[in-house]
Amino acid sequence: MAEPKPEELKPEELAKIEYKPPKTGWMDTPTVFKKGMFCYGNQPKFLKTVGFPNVRSWSVLDEDWKLPENWQEIFIEGLRERVGKYRSFRLFLDICVRCGACADKCHYFIGGGDPKNMPVLRAELLRSIYRKYCTTSGKIMGKIAGARDLTIDVLKELWYYAYQCSECRRCSVFCPYGIDTAEITILARELLNLLGLNTHWISAPVAQCYMTGNHLGLLPHTQKDTFDQMVADLEVVTGIKVDVPLNRKGAEILYYVPSGDMFDERGYFLTMATLLYFHEIGLDYTWSTYLSDGGNFGFFTTNEVAKRLNAKAYAEAKRLKVKWMIGGECGHMWRVIHQYMNTWNGPPDFLEEPVSPFTGTKFENAKSTKVVHICEFTADMIKHGKLKFDKSRNDNLIVTYHDSCNTSRGMGFFEEPRYVINSVCKNFYEMPENTIREQTFCCGCGSGLNASEDMELRLRGGLPRANAVKHVKDKYGVNRLACICAIDRAVLPALMDYWVPGVTVSGVHEMVANALICKGEKERTTDLRNEPLPGKEAKENV
Amino acid sequence: MILETYPSVTSDFLKKQKNCFANPVGYNVSQGINGIFDELLNGVDSSEKFFPFLNDIIRIKAVQDFSPSQAISFIFLLKQAIREELKSKTEKKQLSEELSSFESQIDSIALLSFDIYMKCRERIYEIKVDEVRRMTFGLLQRANIVYEIEEESDLESATLLTQNKSSTLTKVLDKKG
Repeated sequence: MAEPKPEELKPEELAKIEYKPPKTGWMDTPTVFKKGMFCYGNQPKFLKTVGFPNVRSWSVLDEDWKLPENWQEIFIEGLRERVGKYRSFRLFLDICVRCGACADKCHYFIGGGDPKNMPVLRAELLRSIYRKYCTTSGKIMGKIAGARDLTIDVLKELWYYAYQCSECRRCSVFCPYGIDTAEITILARELLNLLGLNTHWISAPVAQCYMTGNHLGLLPHTQKDTFDQMVADLEVVTGIKVDVPLNRKGAEILYYVPSGDMFDERGYFLTMATLLYFHEIGLDYTWSTYLSDGGNFGFFTTNEVAKRLNAKAYAEAKRLKVKWMIGGECGHMWRVIHQYMNTWNGPPDFLEEPVSPFTGTKFENAKSTKVVHICEFTADMIKHGKLKFDKSRNDNLIVTYHDSCNTSRGMGFFEEPRYVINSVCKNFYEMPENTIREQTFCCGCGSGLNASEDMELRLRGGLPRANAVKHVKDKYGVNRLACICAIDRAVLPALMDYWVPGVTVSGVHEMVANALICKGEKERTTDLRNEPLPGKEAKENV
Repeated sequence: MILETYPSVTSDFLKKQKNCFANPVGYNVSQGINGIFDELLNGVDSSEKFFPFLNDIIRIKAVQDFSPSQAISFIFLLKQAIREELKSKTEKKQLSEELSSFESQIDSIALLSFDIYMKCRERIYEIKVDEVRRMTFGLLQRANIVYEIEEESDLESATLLTQNKSSTLTKVLDKKG
C-alpha cells in the first residue's frame, strides 16, 4: 500500500499519528538504542587484566558486537548452570505472577516512562529466555507461554536494560513474593559478561582495582600526596596539624573508605573531616594504601570477580594485625559487607569482636563481619557524650537526608545517620515518607551507571529523588542534601544542578567535623570547604 | 492528551497515580498545564508568567524519549483541545477572531517553549562538562601539571591551594545559582 500523501490526512489525524506511540506487545516492540541512555562498551585491555572472556574492541552502536560464534550456546549453558546453582535465582524466575506491584516503583520508569523499565518487564526480558531453554512449557508452547528465542536483538535488548537498572531493590520492597529483581539484573549482567559484554565505566575500575586496590588506580604515593594536601588544608581551617597513620601495623582499627573519597570534591572534604575527627578523639587506627577502596565494581560484573576484589579487605586486616575495622560512608561497599563478605572471604576469625575503645560499647551487629559503620561508631560516641559540638557552625545549613539504597534497603540502616545529623545541625527536615528509609529513591546512578555519557538516563532516574528534594526546598528552604554514599556524593550535585539548583551535597561527617570542637583549634572562621561560617562572613571579606 | 504521548502502560500509570512523589511526571505535567491554562484565561500578555509552568514540563520532557518537536508538541495540543471543546460555540457565535488571537498567544508560548527546551539541553551538556572538569582538575593537580604559586612557608602555600580549590568550587556553585 502506498503511503497516504500528507494532504489526504486532516491535521488532527496527522497529530494523532505523531503523538501516540503504536500499541504493540512488548516482544514486538523493537528496542532502539538511544544516546544518553547507555554507557560506552568495554575496552579489551581491561577485560584481559581480570581474565574476562571475549577480549576485543567493540562499540555499542556497531551492528556487529563481535561475539564468539557459539555465543547462544555459551549464554544458555551459563543460564542453566546458574539456575541450577542458585536456588533463589530459579525461584525468582519461576514464581513471578506478573501482578504489577513492582511496575511503578522503579525510578527509571517513573522518571522516564519506558515500559521496559518496569521491573517486572525488565526481568521478563531474561525470564522469556529462561522459559524457552529451561522449561518444558516454554519449549513446547513458545510465545504463548511467554518464551522467546535468544536472537541477537534479544541479547542486545537485555544488555541495554540490564544497564538501566541500578540494582537499588526498591521494587523488591513491594513484591508480595519477595522477588529481588536486583538479583535478576546481577545474574543477567553476569551472563552478559560471559560474552565480554560490559561497559567501560565498570570494567576499567574493576581492572584498576585488581591491579592497585582501588578503582581510580591511585598508587600509594598519590594517596600519600592527597593526604598531605588534606593535612595542609585542615591546618589552614583549624590550625591543627593532624596525623595520618598509613599502613601502620598493630593499630587497633583499620579504617577504609571508597576511593572516591580521595578524589571527588565532596569526598575529599569528607576524608578531611574524618582525619580531623579521628585525630581529635585519638583513635588508634590506620589507613591502608592497599585496601584503598571499599567500593567493589566487581559486584557489577560477576560473583567471582566481586569476591576476588573484595579479598583484600580481610587480607589487609590480617597483614596489619589490627583488631577490627571501621568502614566509611559508602553504598554498595556496605551491601557487600553486610550480605556477601563473610561467605566470600570470611570468616575473619583472626579479628576481634568490635568494642568501642572510648565507650566500651560492643557492636554486636558486627560480630560476624567485624566491620563497624562510621555512623554507628559516631552515634555511639555522641550518645555517651564523648564529643563536643558547636552546632551554630552549621546554622547556615538547612539539611535533608538521602537514604542510600544500599545502606537502607541493603542493611536496614536508618536511625544512626539521622541521629548524628540532628546532633550537629539545628535545621533538619525529612523528605516525604514514601521517598525515604526503605522506600528511598535511588540517585539514579548506582551499580556502575554513574558515567557522563548516560546523563539522560541519570537525570530521568534521579527525577523522583530530586522531586522530593525540591519539595523540602520549597517548603523549608533546604539547601544541603546529606548522604552516606560515595556515588551519591559524586552524582547528586549534577542531579541537583538540573532539577533543584541551589542545593549542595555532602557526606554526614563533613558536618560533624565542622561542628566538632577540637583541642587546640584556632577560632574557626570557615568550614572545611574554606567558605565562611555563619556570622563570620564579614571577617572573611577583610 | 499529553499523557497519551507516552506508551499506553505508562500513560495509564501517569494518569492513575495521584501521589505527587510516586508520580512526579504526571503531577508536574498536570500542575503545569493547569497553570498555563489559568494564565491563558486570565489573558496575561507577558510570556514570563508562563515560564515556571512550561519549565516544569519541558525540563522533564527534555530528558525523556522525545525528539525536540515531540517534546514541545503539547503546546499545540492545547489548540486542539480548545478547538474541539468550543467547536459548536465558535461557529454559532462567530468567535473565530477571538479564537485566532487566543491561538496566536499559544503560538508565542510555543516559541518560549522552544527556548526553554534548548536551555535544558544546554544545561545537560554543561553539567557533563562540569563533571569532567571537576575530575580532571584533581588529576592535573595531582600530576603536578598545573601551575601553583609557591610561597616560603608551607602554611601559606596551603592557603593558596585551598583558595584555589575553593574558587573553582565557588565558580561551580555560582553557575548553579
